Amino acid sequence: MYKFSSKLKSLSIALMVIGILGVGYGFFSAPKTVEEVKKEMSHDSHGSHHGGESKAHLEKEALAKIDNHGHEADASHGDADAHAEHVLHQKQNRPWSALYVSVLFFALISLGVLVFYALQHVSQAGWSIVLLRVMEGITAYLPVGTVLVFVVLVLSSMHANHLFAWMNGDLINPDSPDFDKLTFAKKGYLNVPFFLARAVIYIVGWNLYRHLSRKRSIAMDTANSLDIYKRNFKRSAGFLVFFLVSESMMSWDWIMSIDHHWFSTLFAWYVFASFLVSAVTTIALVTVYLKSKGYLENVNDSHIHDLAKFMFGFSVFWTYLWFSQFLLIWYSDIPEEVTYYVTRFSEYKVPFLGMVAMNFIFPVLLLINSDYKRIPWLVVMGGIVILAGHYVDFYIMIMPGTVGGSWSIGIPEISAILLMLGLFIYIVFTALTKAPLLAKGNPFLKESEQFHY
Amino acid sequence: MASHYEAPIREPLIIGDKSYHDITKDVAAPVEGKANKQWWIVFIISMAAFLWGAGCMLYTIGTGIGTWGLNKTVGWAWDITNFVWWVGIGHAGTLISAVLLLFRQKWRMAINRSAEAMTIFAVVQAGLFPIIHMGRPWMGYWVLPIPNQFGSLWTNFNSPLLWDVFAISTYLSVSLVFWWTGLLPDFAMLRDRAVRPFQKKIYGLLSFGWSGRAKDWQRFEEVSLVLAGLATPLVLSVHTIVSMDFATSVIPGWHTTIFPPYFVAGAVFSGFAMVQTLLIIMRKVCNLEAYITLQHIELMNIIIMVTGSIVGCAYITELFVAWYSGVEYEQYAFLNRATGPYAWAYWMMMTCNVFSPQFMWSKKLRTSIIFSFGISIVVNVGMWFERFVIIVTSLHRDYLPSSWTMFSPSFVDIGIYVGTIGFFFVLFLLYARTFPVIAQAEVKSILKSSGENYKKLRDGNHE
Repeated sequence: MYKFSSKLKSLSIALMVIGILGVGYGFFSAPKTVEEVKKEMSHDSHGSHHGGESKAHLEKEALAKIDNHGHEADASHGDADAHAEHVLHQKQNRPWSALYVSVLFFALISLGVLVFYALQHVSQAGWSIVLLRVMEGITAYLPVGTVLVFVVLVLSSMHANHLFAWMNGDLINPDSPDFDKLTFAKKGYLNVPFFLARAVIYIVGWNLYRHLSRKRSIAMDTANSLDIYKRNFKRSAGFLVFFLVSESMMSWDWIMSIDHHWFSTLFAWYVFASFLVSAVTTIALVTVYLKSKGYLENVNDSHIHDLAKFMFGFSVFWTYLWFSQFLLIWYSDIPEEVTYYVTRFSEYKVPFLGMVAMNFIFPVLLLINSDYKRIPWLVVMGGIVILAGHYVDFYIMIMPGTVGGSWSIGIPEISAILLMLGLFIYIVFTALTKAPLLAKGNPFLKESEQFHY
Repeated sequence: MASHYEAPIREPLIIGDKSYHDITKDVAAPVEGKANKQWWIVFIISMAAFLWGAGCMLYTIGTGIGTWGLNKTVGWAWDITNFVWWVGIGHAGTLISAVLLLFRQKWRMAINRSAEAMTIFAVVQAGLFPIIHMGRPWMGYWVLPIPNQFGSLWTNFNSPLLWDVFAISTYLSVSLVFWWTGLLPDFAMLRDRAVRPFQKKIYGLLSFGWSGRAKDWQRFEEVSLVLAGLATPLVLSVHTIVSMDFATSVIPGWHTTIFPPYFVAGAVFSGFAMVQTLLIIMRKVCNLEAYITLQHIELMNIIIMVTGSIVGCAYITELFVAWYSGVEYEQYAFLNRATGPYAWAYWMMMTCNVFSPQFMWSKKLRTSIIFSFGISIVVNVGMWFERFVIIVTSLHRDYLPSSWTMFSPSFVDIGIYVGTIGFFFVLFLLYARTFPVIAQAEVKSILKSSGENYKKLRDGNHE
């Protein structure tokens, strides 16, 4: 049995405390009124907040038709007041977005682990049985993580923030000056009750599978027959079908609808690739940690090698999807779509291109060597870069639509990461103490114990 | 050794009481024997189809593209449909030999040789279309960036059609090398068994002096792994590039970002269906039922089911996003597919690709050989229609209603397609008579872990 070391426990609690304080500070320091924003803006030299005249101009041009907040740029609004109000909304969104990115990122990591876990069952993998309990431990975060996401979604629906611009009732009110035809056309799908109902269905579906598969896994430890194993196999296949559909819709709902004028058919699979590679990386990191503490005696360097291969492979896969989406939109340069990348390229250039280095170039160069894939510290190093890179990926997906040019990575963002990381560590490692780290009763256990590549 | 251990729950991959020698004999039998009457009948039919198709091609080149059913609006139809269809079919071979190798799937060993052969013959068919659909195919070499007397006039590297040239030619050469490397030990086996001097000479040449030393095997394995690692991204990128012929455009129904992975999924889907069609016949006529077992057929059906579901998910995504986008051209493109003059093709595609693979959820159906054979044909019909629907329905009605038109193929369009099917079978039939259709060296490597007799011997003790 694993024992949660008091050092790690204190660390996770410390992270949560620091995180909460920082998140609180983020909300406290966000401007409350337009006046505050104006004062702040006058401190900055003319227009520098948007990176100079040319960039502001570019942005205006690109967003002339499709504005982040959904309303068509109105001539009468085009003065300093409107701009200040716009910036106020962005700045008020910042602590919320910072929190949302982190909450979503960690929840999707544990969802990704659950998918990987289900894949191990349906593919009858023989190598990964000794890692199943590690994966189960990580998915223990799923109920907490998804409920936290849901809380943010509910708060957004109650207009506590402006993360989802389409939730603004004025956009679909034909009598309002802010009326937006496009948003109105989408209201059959983008409306709060349906949006929240869908979220409930995804969250319940995922957690149900996680709960039952964990129960069956524990029951299998003492079972004499293969009945439970077979049931697990079937349920995992069912879950994967549910996941394929729910993940697509989840990506449209929770991420794509932030830029609700924009659309891309590839988007859902791209999001999936991003959190799947992060999930495998997390499995590798937790495994290496537990192994270093002497808990996973059956895990050898071949298991680490396999995990590192998946980190490598899925990193390439993510890049493939990232590039496909980018190239196709860049190539045909259709105004409705290209605004998405125009804002990202003009306002988020460093993180936007930096993430490609972190998510592709670095892991690919590091993990192509088969000896390196067996060296724990190299895998950990690659893993940390991959995780940071995919945090940036989620950041880039969410921030431009919520805070626009007013972004930065400061106290609110880092605190939100620390808070969720502390919570993640606390829940995952607590869950690991609940059951033996070796799942007995799986018919492939012996293959996994003897696994050598 | 750990590598010989296998969980008792895994079903045997080699049926019966086989020894290494039995495997050799079984694999060599079709090559060493004589062709029977049925082989000659099928061969002659395929040859006739091929010759007819070749005649149509020559007629096209001699007379002009106007002999086809194309018009000013629909400039691509059967030519590119068939091209994409054949390339798609070719993808399963690389998937089986490369991706399944990376995932250490032992069951691939009995089917990889034929799947790769199928890849190569399918890519050859595909490769015909980019040339014959040119208005001036004799200028075809202009697509290559070679220094010349026109002040070194070069190609424009921005066109996906040029990327196609690189993708297809690289794909064909890498697949060929991958296939041939795997063949070396098997050709050596045929060389060593040959009794007639002519055969001995031929297989001696083909096997490159393979003598099976430890060092050779070690390098052989490493080369296979490296090639598998290279072929996997290649297989994804080739069909991705093919998909970009459409997706980079601004045509509603073509311009969509999901095309790259969705075309790849569709390619795997149709490719596996073709492998299924061929192997179900081959295991019977070549007496290879002990190696290509019901389990192989079932596993291929499962892959067909999974990729079919992915394709289905992509169809629904496209439909949803077309509505969600609020772009009326996009919405109309999909409305036109479902209710326009080619609705029959659309619903044919939907039925074949989305509904039919779902039958495979039933264990009874996916372990039925007759049913699997039927579905594998249905899937390939569906995938032909998928490409046809994407290409023609998006072209025949797009931005300007004054340019709306219809398309119907001429006999030359059809003749060329039939000709490539004939050519494919000519090549495949010749292959099946002269090549070792099962990678015997690989199958021997799993005999002791996955052979029925050895499994019984091992697991019998403690059960």
